[in-house]
Amino acid sequence: MPFVYFIFIPMLAAILIPFLYKKVRSIHTGWFVLVVPVVLFGLYTTFVPKLQNGDTYTSSFDWIPSLDISFISYIDGLSLLFSLLITGIGALVVLYSIFYLDKTREKLHNFYVYLLLFMTAMLGVVQSDHLISLYFFWELTSISSFLLIGYWYTRDRSRFGALKSMMITVFGGLMMLGGFILLSIMGDTYSIRELISQAPELANHKWFVWSLILVLLGAFTKSAQFPFYIWLPDAMEAPTPVSAYLHSATMVKAGLYLVARFTPLYASSEWWIWLVTGTGLLTLFWGSFFALKQTDLKGILAFSTVSQLGLIMSLLGAGAISFHTGIEDNSIFKYAAFAAIFHLVNHATFKGSLFMIAGIVDHETGTRDIRKLGGLMSIMPITFTIALIGSFSMAGLPPFNGFLSKEMFLSGMLSIQNFDLFAFATWGILFPIIGWIASVFTFVYSLYFVFRTFTGKYKPDLLPKKAHEAPIGMLIPPAILGTLVIAIFFVPNLIGDYLVKPAVIAMQPFLYTSPSEIDIHISAWHGPLEPELLMTLGIIGLGLLLYWTLPKWQPLYTKFPDWLSLNRLYDSMMYFSEVGTNRLSKMYMTGYMRSYLVYMFTGIILLSISTVFIKNAFEVSFATLAPIRFFELIIALVLVAGTVTILLAKSRLTSIIALGAVGYTVALFFVIFNAPDLALTQLVIETISVALFLLAFYHLPKLNRHENRMKFRLGNALVALGVGITITIIALSAHSQKLVPSISSYYEETVYSEAGGGNIVNVILVDYRGFDTLFEIAVLAIASLGIIAMIKLRLTKKKEVNRLEDK
Amino acid sequence: MKTNDVILQTTTNLVFFIIILFSIHIFFAGHYAPGGGFVGGLLTASGIVLLLLAYDIKTVTTALPINYTVMTAIGLLIALGTAAGSIIFDVPFFTHAFDYFDLPLLGKQSLHTAMLFDTGVYLVVVGVTMTIIQSIGDDD
Repeated sequence: MPFVYFIFIPMLAAILIPFLYKKVRSIHTGWFVLVVPVVLFGLYTTFVPKLQNGDTYTSSFDWIPSLDISFISYIDGLSLLFSLLITGIGALVVLYSIFYLDKTREKLHNFYVYLLLFMTAMLGVVQSDHLISLYFFWELTSISSFLLIGYWYTRDRSRFGALKSMMITVFGGLMMLGGFILLSIMGDTYSIRELISQAPELANHKWFVWSLILVLLGAFTKSAQFPFYIWLPDAMEAPTPVSAYLHSATMVKAGLYLVARFTPLYASSEWWIWLVTGTGLLTLFWGSFFALKQTDLKGILAFSTVSQLGLIMSLLGAGAISFHTGIEDNSIFKYAAFAAIFHLVNHATFKGSLFMIAGIVDHETGTRDIRKLGGLMSIMPITFTIALIGSFSMAGLPPFNGFLSKEMFLSGMLSIQNFDLFAFATWGILFPIIGWIASVFTFVYSLYFVFRTFTGKYKPDLLPKKAHEAPIGMLIPPAILGTLVIAIFFVPNLIGDYLVKPAVIAMQPFLYTSPSEIDIHISAWHGPLEPELLMTLGIIGLGLLLYWTLPKWQPLYTKFPDWLSLNRLYDSMMYFSEVGTNRLSKMYMTGYMRSYLVYMFTGIILLSISTVFIKNAFEVSFATLAPIRFFELIIALVLVAGTVTILLAKSRLTSIIALGAVGYTVALFFVIFNAPDLALTQLVIETISVALFLLAFYHLPKLNRHENRMKFRLGNALVALGVGITITIIALSAHSQKLVPSISSYYEETVYSEAGGGNIVNVILVDYRGFDTLFEIAVLAIASLGIIAMIKLRLTKKKEVNRLEDK
Repeated sequence: MKTNDVILQTTTNLVFFIIILFSIHIFFAGHYAPGGGFVGGLLTASGIVLLLLAYDIKTVTTALPINYTVMTAIGLLIALGTAAGSIIFDVPFFTHAFDYFDLPLLGKQSLHTAMLFDTGVYLVVVGVTMTIIQSIGDDD
């Protein structure tokens, strides 16, 4: 099977889930779901050795061939690494969710369908080589994460968080689509690989920077970078397995993936380096600083994720500088890309486990409020151990994998000041300083998270439940991740050689061609008194000091004015857009059919008349007119008389009859001008609509002419006159100038040979323009459903409505 | 209000079948002569409307126990199915086919897949019109 189909396996499995859920109630649905990521993980692992000499694999199938849109699955180091994370962490999360979500109380089929949908979307994002399909999957992640965050949809906060995340990420996605379209126009291809191969030419294009900024907006919103991070803390309303999966290991990393994937294309631009590195550092600092303000365990982790994503982002930016220095330069920048990918893996392991820990604490004590927690160490020893491993790794302490990548980060930031491309001599010194301060705060919040929860005094009276150790199944997934955290520290080069180096090639294809050329060896010990070591010691020293004095300075956070926060900005933006649009629609939605007709007719007049004027298309020629016969004139007079009667009629019955008369007269015209089809149709329609009017007649209110004021009547008369003149002008012009032969001759010639019919009208309806007809009858059907809904299903009794709402 | 329109009812009994027959005729003739699914459907519907005018809704629903919503759905499915049937033969969506056959009794006749599509249109038109008229007429 071509591996492009692997992407869709979770989605296909999702179809089965509701049936399994219904039929096999005794077994937790999660067990069936678990098979999918495990199998996929196994399948993707087989690619690992294949990529060791720098090969890449593609597999594709056509989606919309006429628009050159296809699914191209492209497996190189980067997409493979992400695919392994998605399926690997996915498997652990599914296992964890089996114990976290109660099978009797929760709507498991919804949950797993969304989760599997998300898995497909994520795999699609990281493997698509086609811009449009990448965008498709990108928005699919937004939608499926919206469903997952809002899983407990009866809670207001869940719905709010889900909406917020979708508003922000979909906004970014749309911006990104704009960037993609610019790119595809510039490079005349949708393929990312082909675009990268054209990178030098594209860099000189006038749209290059615009597309760069738009693509980065997509990446920044998805990866919760400053100032778009505000959705991530609210997304913590999702069930914890979702948080562990989406908000630490996969979805938020899609933005990082995008930046890494487009680095070879954009790295030549200073905008890219400044924006990516700068935003990353700012986010790193901001997130780590405000993590200490939080009192919710998942809130702390959310801000810590924001900050760690910023760290990886800044490293990706620093890695892009290697394009300006070249391989011969013995600079550290080529390490930065490596460090970024390496930390990405490490972060997925320790943050995934920490989220699961937060879920366990929540599950077993009933609260996530850190002020109520404490002293759980003796009650939940296994949980505590895993939490300690994860936190210390996050803090950057040995012997855990976070230490290795944190050291690399510091090296990267230190070396950035040596770089003189953008006059870093003056500003460059800020980078290591900000990075260092952020690392101190990272250290403090890591301690804050683990020690406030597990040490100190146990406060059973504050806890909704009596605390006890979690069931073994819930502990296995975080324990596996915790083991990985330690294992990576002791054999970092195994991960480095097999996973990270192939991924680095995708980011720096101009420097290397195969993984073995990358001469990076991760070591825990750099040698004595390297600046990185001193900085780490400084972090530990100052961090401990800050942690001990935390109760003294933590209240400072509350001094931060609330109205200055970005959340407030988002809320007021949402509020004003709602109020504003409401006001706008109230202005023109008057509830009178008459008003809407006036809008429509005015639009028709303006559009048609202005087009005729701009194109200078008005022309009158009576040369080809047929003579007007006497009885035609009479019919026309009857038509006018009927119309005038409708306008002046005092009773509804008169106007209905007059309307019928107008319709039949038009049918007569059709008869005269040899259009039996139209005449027949017109006659039947008139008959039926008169019958319909008579049926409805009984229910209609007494005919009253609204707003008999002069102003309105004048306005109506003006619009009516305008429509009449417009149609006359168009009809005269259309008749007077025939630039191209009429299409009817084409139909006449082909109707028998092509469609085997004799009646042009019917052949057009069912054959030439059958698609139109199909949609028209669909519209008819929808209209009839609408009428049923309005008439048959309306809830006439107010009481009944109230009773339903109370339920 | 119960009325007893003897003349209208007697005429309707007779005329109804003529209308229906004529509608079937123009439906089938549609490909070569004026007519087709749309007009045919409307004509059928107008025939039923005539019944409704002569009798009341209850009588008509017992005489013609048809669920018009279902009819609409079936019509749509037939139309869509005809259009999608081309996929099976690996030709572009909505490709019609026709040929001439010697049929017993009828002699040489042309058969079209467009005819099937037209049947869908016919059913939808009858279904929709009758749904609208019935729901409005039913409403008190």
